[in-house]
Amino acid sequence: MAVKSLKKQGSDLAQSNKQLEILSNGIFQSGELPTFKNKISETNQFPLKAKKLEILQINVGYMCNQVCDHCHVDAGPDRKEIMTRDTMRQCLEVIKNSGAHTLDLTGGAPEMNPDFRWFVEEAAKVGIKDFIVRSNLTIIRANKKYYDLPEFFKKHNVHVVSSMPHWTRGKTDKQRGDGVFDKSIKALQELNAVGYGMPNSDLRLDLVYNPSGAFLPGDQASMEKDFKKALLEDFNIQFHNLFAITNLPIARFLDYLIASENYEDYMFSLVEAYNPAAVKNVMCTNTLSISWDGYLFDCDFNQMLELPVNSKVKHISEYNEELLEGRNIVISQHCYGCTAGAGSSCQGNTIPAEAGIS
Amino acid sequence: MSKTYYDPADLRKFGNITEWSEELGNKFFEYYGKVFEEGALTAREKSLIALAVAHTEQCPYCIDAYSKDTLQRGVTKEEMMEAIHVGAAIKSGATLVHGVQMMNKVNKLDG
Repeated sequence: MAVKSLKKQGSDLAQSNKQLEILSNGIFQSGELPTFKNKISETNQFPLKAKKLEILQINVGYMCNQVCDHCHVDAGPDRKEIMTRDTMRQCLEVIKNSGAHTLDLTGGAPEMNPDFRWFVEEAAKVGIKDFIVRSNLTIIRANKKYYDLPEFFKKHNVHVVSSMPHWTRGKTDKQRGDGVFDKSIKALQELNAVGYGMPNSDLRLDLVYNPSGAFLPGDQASMEKDFKKALLEDFNIQFHNLFAITNLPIARFLDYLIASENYEDYMFSLVEAYNPAAVKNVMCTNTLSISWDGYLFDCDFNQMLELPVNSKVKHISEYNEELLEGRNIVISQHCYGCTAGAGSSCQGNTIPAEAGIS
Repeated sequence: MSKTYYDPADLRKFGNITEWSEELGNKFFEYYGKVFEEGALTAREKSLIALAVAHTEQCPYCIDAYSKDTLQRGVTKEEMMEAIHVGAAIKSGATLVHGVQMMNKVNKLDG
């Protein structure tokens, strides 16, 4: 596991332009990688257009108690970027006035933002249908001040979406750090204890699986079955759905791919698994991603690559639905990650899983 | 770079075998795809069998492909190695069981 963020290390890859340069002009020994733009043009899907806004994904800060190997945000305890209450107020205005039905809080560890609870309380009042907090689980066990989070989530009917790389200790700790598995298990048991994840419970608890190395996620439905069986048998843990998410070649995962000499193979794997049917429902078409300082992006990945929305409107304070709807989505080679296999989004597969070998 | 008989990049060209024999190649891939669909065995179980056979056949392409495939299906390292031991046990058992044939022959010839 990484000990500190790429930014703290002073790595070249902490700069988005360096990452984009590798993604666009990476050296490939065995042939050129086709451009994503050309690939989607083959099925007349270029340019990708934004549809009506359904999901507002807000990154409330890059601060995190973990430093995971694969993190595309390059989050960690040394990252200080954090959303202010003023920017949160601007987001609340948009939530009230837009047709978005889902609010998706992410980070870093969103719970570490000092105004996190205030924001949840305020946002819960405005009639959002699905209020998601992406929790890394260990934060619930990191410090006494977070111990009551399961009760807090329950009080505000928060939909908890938690990272869980594997049902075994070895694979989980390898990706996310020593001791993460045991803390995650304890946190899941505490969430279950207040009613989260139970078969007929409205308190939604979903898990996110992303591969621990340079390979793509397997069939989501099969993985969910395996996760459910193992977590129930070994730890009496229950949850609702598993979202399988492909690792995108950004930030620390890109650094890992290059250092382990897996970059070329991984990019070819993404291209080989490219599925034109997955393009239709990519998350960027109905989602707007807002950075900690209020700027607008088509998705969290574009946010990390500093590729802003293609619109006159650049900041949440200038939000204008008419100007943003129908905009051309900004794409690059990393977009292959969301269109491989059954498709990948923050809500897992974008199309039903296909049978057969991948 | 030194030349060897096996180039890992050739695995990506596997589909090209249809170019010189389209009908047979397509029939093979159709059969191959069907074999690995979920059936009485799960795709995960089939992937582990394939990994073990890849080793007994000593096919480097297949080893690469099914090491990755089993990882994608959430299979652990311990499960992978156990599968290979199953293959190894059958392979060595198959060698040793022919020892009975050798013993039969020797007994017949030499009492």
